[in-house]
Amino acid sequence: MGLFRLKGFPGTGSFPHGIHPPDNKALSANMAVEVMETPGTVTLPLLQHLGVPCKQIVKSGETVSYGQMVGKGEAFVSASLHAPIAGKVKRNIKVTLPNGRRLDAIAIQAEGEQIPPERIWEDVRFTQWPRPKDCFTDYEPMDIVKKIQASGIVGLGGAAFPTHVKVMPNDTRMIDTLMVNGCECEPYLTCDYRLMVEAPEAIVTGALLAGRAVSAREIVICVEDNKPEAIRHLQDAARKTVVQVAVLKTKYPQGSEKHLVKAVLGLEIPLGGLPADAGVAISNVQTMATVARSIIKDIPMTHRVISVSGRGICNPKNIFVPIGVSLAQVVDFCGGLTPDAARIISGGPMMGFSFSDLSAPVTKGSSGLTILTHDEVRKAEETHCVRCGRCVDACPMNLVPTKLALAARYKNPELAGQYHIRACVECGSCSYVCPAKLNLVQLIREGKAQLNAWERR
Amino acid sequence: MSDTNRQIDSAMSHENRPGRKPPFIHVAPSPHISDSRASTQRMMVDVIIGLSPAIVVSLYLFRFYALKQILVCVAVCLAAEYLFVRMRGKFFTLKDCSAIVTGIILGLSMPGSAPWFVGALASVVGIGIGKIIFGGVGMNIFNPAMVGRAFVMIAFAQLMGAGAYENVTGLVDAVSGATPLSALKFNGVHTGIAPLFMGVTNGSVGEVSAIACIIGGLYLIYRKTASWQIPASILITVALIAAITDIAGGYQGVFLLHHLFAGALMFGAFFIATDPVTSPLTAKGKMIFGVGTGCLIMVIRLFSGYPEGVMFAVLIMNAMTPLINRWTIPQPMGQREA
Repeated sequence: MGLFRLKGFPGTGSFPHGIHPPDNKALSANMAVEVMETPGTVTLPLLQHLGVPCKQIVKSGETVSYGQMVGKGEAFVSASLHAPIAGKVKRNIKVTLPNGRRLDAIAIQAEGEQIPPERIWEDVRFTQWPRPKDCFTDYEPMDIVKKIQASGIVGLGGAAFPTHVKVMPNDTRMIDTLMVNGCECEPYLTCDYRLMVEAPEAIVTGALLAGRAVSAREIVICVEDNKPEAIRHLQDAARKTVVQVAVLKTKYPQGSEKHLVKAVLGLEIPLGGLPADAGVAISNVQTMATVARSIIKDIPMTHRVISVSGRGICNPKNIFVPIGVSLAQVVDFCGGLTPDAARIISGGPMMGFSFSDLSAPVTKGSSGLTILTHDEVRKAEETHCVRCGRCVDACPMNLVPTKLALAARYKNPELAGQYHIRACVECGSCSYVCPAKLNLVQLIREGKAQLNAWERR
Repeated sequence: MSDTNRQIDSAMSHENRPGRKPPFIHVAPSPHISDSRASTQRMMVDVIIGLSPAIVVSLYLFRFYALKQILVCVAVCLAAEYLFVRMRGKFFTLKDCSAIVTGIILGLSMPGSAPWFVGALASVVGIGIGKIIFGGVGMNIFNPAMVGRAFVMIAFAQLMGAGAYENVTGLVDAVSGATPLSALKFNGVHTGIAPLFMGVTNGSVGEVSAIACIIGGLYLIYRKTASWQIPASILITVALIAAITDIAGGYQGVFLLHHLFAGALMFGAFFIATDPVTSPLTAKGKMIFGVGTGCLIMVIRLFSGYPEGVMFAVLIMNAMTPLINRWTIPQPMGQREA
């Protein structure tokens, strides 16, 4: 265990097992963030995060201004929604997100004068952020939490957990360390990388503020060693602050919370537990930049950086887009699909959802689009498992994926339970390495459902 | 769907649109990429590459005898696989090369003097009873090659036993006579360590050269087709037990090296015991499997009527594999604290 621990952060370390898929980040890594023009309409699903949907507070026909709250997160684990453009609320509609969820949504048609999106992007790239002393005297922890909640900020890494819940000070579970996740271990995605290169100041300030909210003793930004530029920029920005930059070995799934904590602190988050159980709060780099902007500049979460990459898109790019813009518009902005495009994925190719309905909107949790060609897509020619054990070597959770998958295939939930099926984080490493091309993750998902049904019986 | 196609069509760039059909978009669960270098076929081809030094040595030493055994076994294995798979009405598995691997291993484990029908029968039994009955590749409990070999070993004891290696007319002179392990067991004669290591001794055609097996085995481990844990634990166990016997008998190290390099130990440790299908899944399980195999090899070699124990040791440990898998369920990360 000691072998994998990062001693006094800025070293090189990692977790046991894991895989090394080709990262393909070069397609879009050097594309500076482009700002997308204000779209004609935006569609805002009422649920864009983990938790309870927010409640619509504008009527159809009503005129809204930029940044006005249109959906209120009333429950504790919920996030509010703000208009990313000025305009008129249209009739309520339903949309289907790439993950298959069908949700009520607010559509807004652009009307009247718009704030240029370049200006909103400049607010992120702003460099004269107040530094620790100002942060610590001007903002009380609860003020920071309230403001984060009012701004509707959720985790921008993909899971979209409301950020105010994570940074809520808690007397029973003390937070020692705030970890800012800049690993971005999914192949192809580069939006976090670009943000670390272009707006490191905002990330550091956001981390200081979030660290203040949870009263963390240590704040560490974690970056994989395949992003030397990002590391350099962050180190420059973090100079003379308590923020440290930890450099991790490039490995998939390094960005997973459990594996990040294991790699950097040598701690294990208990099964079924939260990072807080290990005294850690974790948030994504882009979330931190959004926190900085919302607290210091009073701008709610309305835009985000996404990356559009893969060999199936004409011009891979990193774009600053308003939440709610349709994915078809995003694809158009990047020059459209190539004729050999085969699969459109929301997120990265390891864990993202593939979909075909381009009318779906960008949500707060969309980290990007990956468009693969026929050559790159995994071929589904399945053969028998030869029990080679490669999945066992790859599994970062130290499970036996082949056993779990076979237990699911033969509908044996008891066996699946014995082999700890619930511990699976569905990272896809086992399916990636499987020489028999079994879709182990998909079988394991089925197995989890079978186990739940079997236990309820 | 047509709606989607229209959207995708409109999402295509203007340069591409005229006269072009829209791209064919499909949907599937994650992950969307896989390691294209890894496939079952590639693993089997790796084994064949790993076996090639042993094949070359066998052809050099036993000439036609080795060629005949290998060709007969491979041909019959392929035919048997085709026939039995057809009988079960399953899709054909000849493409994955697993039958070729079984055939080569079986051929290499035959004595050069054994008549052709022994190898052929071993192939039929190995593929039929050793593999297809259980459901084909990946489903068998026992190593098919060893099942076939065990069958002919019992059925044709004269043609397969120690006698098969002795005084065979026509066999290459340098290598006729008792195998090193029988010579040691029954006559107390030691074969020199250098000939054993290089492989210019008598024995089953593919297992005589320790160096060829080590080279091929290291390639397999480098390719991660075979796990290092199994050969390492077998060899260490055998060496330890042989060392104890050595010290007890006062052989001054000769006994230890003799046991390491003679017989099918190297061949078995690198190519037979490492069969992924019939060995445990986890690293810990593989170590237990290796230690068990090593102990059984030495028990059979030292105490039974057989001079050689690799085949039976592997088969017995194959039977233990499901149990070992159950003993060695790994603890997931975070389990201990829970």
